[in-house]
Amino acid sequence: MKVEQISIFLENKPGGLENVTRILRDANINIRTLAVADTSDFGIVRLIVDHVVDAVGVLKANGYTVSRTNVVAVEVPDQPGGLHSILDVLAQAKINIEYMYAFVERSGENAVMLFRFDNPDAAIDVLLKNNKTVLPGEKLYSL
Amino acid sequence: MIYNEEYETLPREVLEILQLKRLQQVVSRVYHTVGFYRKSFDEAGVSPEDIKSLDDLRRFPFTTKQDLRDNYPFGMFAVPMSSIVRLHASSGTTGRSTVVGYTKRDIETWSELMARCFVAAGLTKNDMIHNAYGYGLFTGGLGVHYGAEKLGASVIPISGGNTKRQIMILQDFGPTAICCTPSYALNLAEQGEAMGVDMRSLKLRVGVFGAEPWSEKMKNEVEDALNLTAMNIYGLSEIMGPGVAMECQEGREGMHVFEDHFLVETINPATGEVLPPGEPGELVFTTLSKEAFPLIRYRTRDLSRLIPEPCVCGRSHYRMERVMGRSDDMLIIRGVNVFPSQIEAVLVGIDGLDPHYQLIVDREGTLDTLEVQVEVNERLFSNADEIKSLQKIERNIIKDLKDFLGVAAKVKLVEPKSLQRFEGKASRVVDKRKI
Repeated sequence: MKVEQISIFLENKPGGLENVTRILRDANINIRTLAVADTSDFGIVRLIVDHVVDAVGVLKANGYTVSRTNVVAVEVPDQPGGLHSILDVLAQAKINIEYMYAFVERSGENAVMLFRFDNPDAAIDVLLKNNKTVLPGEKLYSL
Repeated sequence: MIYNEEYETLPREVLEILQLKRLQQVVSRVYHTVGFYRKSFDEAGVSPEDIKSLDDLRRFPFTTKQDLRDNYPFGMFAVPMSSIVRLHASSGTTGRSTVVGYTKRDIETWSELMARCFVAAGLTKNDMIHNAYGYGLFTGGLGVHYGAEKLGASVIPISGGNTKRQIMILQDFGPTAICCTPSYALNLAEQGEAMGVDMRSLKLRVGVFGAEPWSEKMKNEVEDALNLTAMNIYGLSEIMGPGVAMECQEGREGMHVFEDHFLVETINPATGEVLPPGEPGELVFTTLSKEAFPLIRYRTRDLSRLIPEPCVCGRSHYRMERVMGRSDDMLIIRGVNVFPSQIEAVLVGIDGLDPHYQLIVDREGTLDTLEVQVEVNERLFSNADEIKSLQKIERNIIKDLKDFLGVAAKVKLVEPKSLQRFEGKASRVVDKRKI
């Protein structure tokens, strides 16, 4: 039920991200969504791509430090209180969110958010028990 | 003024007889009491009896910083611990620092030499001395302190740090002299101005500055900022601490080496060949009177030049020019001595770090800065996809550098393989300071 995300360490300098997108373009890899976390000196780029193994291979071959992390894709009702209904369930179960960002495509009528939990299995369990929709990787990549 | 007129103005030929007598004694003593010297003299095929003139010392082997490290902590001591009354040490990770010891008489000698320094700088027992050198294992604080007391001056043992409080005391107590690193003096001046204090109208009239390289230009800046006469002092803990050489107010050109206690040579750092006085090269010292920690031909790695011409002040002791640089890679960051190898030892001690690093030394305003750039690697990153984990690593590095080496550094994580790789001798230091 988890989605594989690629994280790349980047120094904060001009052309840093451009180099990554060029490498992925040349390898014919499609970026489905992306989020950047940054400090004054460095940043971490997190990507959901259509071909994870190929992307990791080509990035490493170009000298990047890459790690693979599991995140959880959750459908969020596109209406007031939609996101809150998800966070409410997680808060009650005392599940901590490390970070989250949005997926660019919709799943039917719903938006999709990606969550990084320190314990993804427990989070999935809680979400499913509360009738939330968790999207597996294959489904997400094909949206 | 001269504190010890008899010894500081000895005619050269008399001084050299005294030096020879003391040299013969110390060489013989270390041969019989320090295992390292017995071995090193035997290996070089020399014995204490070979010293018939001062020039005979050239046949003896050098002592290096590495020798001191190899004999950590007390292997170079020439007296039993029961005769030692004080220990000092240079900064360093375990096993790599240099430990020095002093007998009661060594402390008395050191105090006298520091008193000579103060008098050479124009100070008397009527002065009040603000001592902002660090108290502790570093020789600066206590060395200056004992010398000031020996002179009979009033000493304020303020130590380093807490700059706002220092400025308050400079205003309220009205010391007439200050001892610290020249960069800290500039920092005091800057912070004082920022607090709205007129730092030029304090009672300070003399500053005794050392423990880091500084230029004539910087001297002028300090004199202008604090409205005092800035005097240069030289020393290193291995030889004694501050007070190995001191500028005189009459000449103000070079620092008199206290040659009745230290024999100084200049060598070509590449070949070890002894150069005639007056030629620029690396300074090599032999202690002539030290009991606890005598050193024979210690290579300081400090590049300078001796001035053999007589000085207007009447002292017969040769002068040395301000230190022009180092013949090794030691860095002096705000008065703290650091070798890149020590920083490397700290980095590899942190789990997950590779020794791919670069050191950027710069000067922001008046203070030296050290930036340590470290490459992020797979191992580090695989479990640290979060910003906070990487920031924690940065904080750990900063803390370890502070704890082990006493140096405040900024840490920057950089991309893997972005730092230059070296074949053979690595040059990992970029020094942007214009001193």
